[in-house]
Amino acid sequence: MSMIVSAIGQGLLWAILGVALFLTFRILNFADMTVEGTFPLGAAVAVTSITNQLAPTAALGLAFLAGAAAGLITGLLYTKGKVPILLAGILVMTACLSINLRIMGTSNISLLGQATIFSNHFLKSLPRYFDSVLVGLIAVILITGLLIYFLQTDLGQAFIVTGDNPIMAQSIGINTDGMTILGLMVSNGLIALSGALIAQSNGYADVNMGIGIIVIALASIIIGEVVFGNLTLNQRLVAVTLGSIIYRFVILIVLQLGFSTNDLNLISAIILAICLMLPQFSHKLKLDQLFRKGVSRS
Amino acid sequence: MNAENQPILVLKDLSVAANQATPEQNLILKQLNLTINAGDFVSVLGTNGAGKSTLFNAIAGNLPIPTGELRLNGHLLNSLSAEKRSRYIARVFQDPKLGTAPRMTVAENLLLALHRGQRRTLKPRGLKQQRANFQRLLATMGNGLAEHLDTPAENLSGGQRQALSFLMATERQPDLLLLDEHTAALDPKTSDQLMAQTNQVVTEQQLTCLMITHHLEDALKYGNRLIILSTGQILLDVSGTEKAALTKTDILAYFGQLASVEN
Repeated sequence: MSMIVSAIGQGLLWAILGVALFLTFRILNFADMTVEGTFPLGAAVAVTSITNQLAPTAALGLAFLAGAAAGLITGLLYTKGKVPILLAGILVMTACLSINLRIMGTSNISLLGQATIFSNHFLKSLPRYFDSVLVGLIAVILITGLLIYFLQTDLGQAFIVTGDNPIMAQSIGINTDGMTILGLMVSNGLIALSGALIAQSNGYADVNMGIGIIVIALASIIIGEVVFGNLTLNQRLVAVTLGSIIYRFVILIVLQLGFSTNDLNLISAIILAICLMLPQFSHKLKLDQLFRKGVSRS
Repeated sequence: MNAENQPILVLKDLSVAANQATPEQNLILKQLNLTINAGDFVSVLGTNGAGKSTLFNAIAGNLPIPTGELRLNGHLLNSLSAEKRSRYIARVFQDPKLGTAPRMTVAENLLLALHRGQRRTLKPRGLKQQRANFQRLLATMGNGLAEHLDTPAENLSGGQRQALSFLMATERQPDLLLLDEHTAALDPKTSDQLMAQTNQVVTEQQLTCLMITHHLEDALKYGNRLIILSTGQILLDVSGTEKAALTKTDILAYFGQLASVEN
């Protein structure tokens, strides 16, 4: 039971990562590698702030700003410097590795004995792992809600059309460069925020905690899409969170089968690869028709 | 002189090159001079490579203008970005895929274009308040678009997409409407239908419009003025009764003349 609660809690905390990546991966239509640098950047900023006696919530805010700044650089490289987006992301990600070491001063900082957002009296009174479920739930609802509101504003619609058809967007007066930069800033800000939350939940920050992060974020997005199928944009954002929780359950099952945590990156990659290929295969093998036939016969 | 005949778009000694900033650059438009009056509906003809698309790209702001002047309503546009120009200039592309956002619904596309050239803010988009208006607007096209208010644009037929692009370009009256072979990708029947609707909207709203076309019949039938572009310059510019008297043979004769010069 406690393992299931733990998986749900982790799924919710990590969901923010997927929701943030959705903005660039699904709306702006490109893979932003900056993520692998901004996730540990957020963790580094938050943990360093906390060990310097800053309030844990203020640490989250600072992490968001740091991530947004990194996103701004990727955006400027891509839109103004005409560096291909994949390369721009890799450049900023690599630069972040040094920046993170500068910020932390060492490769690993523990939060042992420090106040975090989890050290609140009420959260501590909850049964084990329920604290991360509650914090994760509040964070996910708040962020998803704000994003859904944003996407339904005039500015949000201009952001969506920039990814959907940049030529048309420009022809109706939308500054597509500005929208791309905005998306990268918000996305990386949220990714750093999720790094800050995970670091506080884990009780430490490590410079290597960003490795393989983009695969986890993509897995939440793709699993959500594969499982829930055709949805509206708002529903798809919610599906990312459910995808993230499902992903945690898959990991839980795999670990129960006897794999070690060292195999996690390999397993994550395999899960993502399968999910990415699934639409292709189900079309080839006519799985969808098979399913429908089964339904109509019964 | 009444307001109808006021010059609205003025091109003065406009030169635009392809491959700009490279040694191989060659002039596509050569010191072009053209004055378009308010309410003019101009058909633009010309062989491939005559500079028709370059002319549109230069006017819309997708190509920089190294020499010459481009004025709209007296204001110099040369250094204004394409985004800023969209406030005054609307365009319909030849490719049905270019003019609409595929994953957004018909209503969402219309809403986006309703704010053409305006600042986008964090105000809720207000799609519900516009639905009835959009429904009415779509019904004017008479090709079933009105039943597809909530259909993503990618699921529309090419003709419906172009009709939608046309509505998006005209729903907020532009000072200048650019139609870039907007019926060329459609079958003859759909093309005629969209052309008739285009004519109706342009005349009713008294829009100033430049229309590139390869259909000689359309060029003769619609509009009050016709120009033929050749190697970056204006070869023929007729309007009014002179244009009305023009026949297909006359135009073909001009193109024949072109061919003999080029050979």
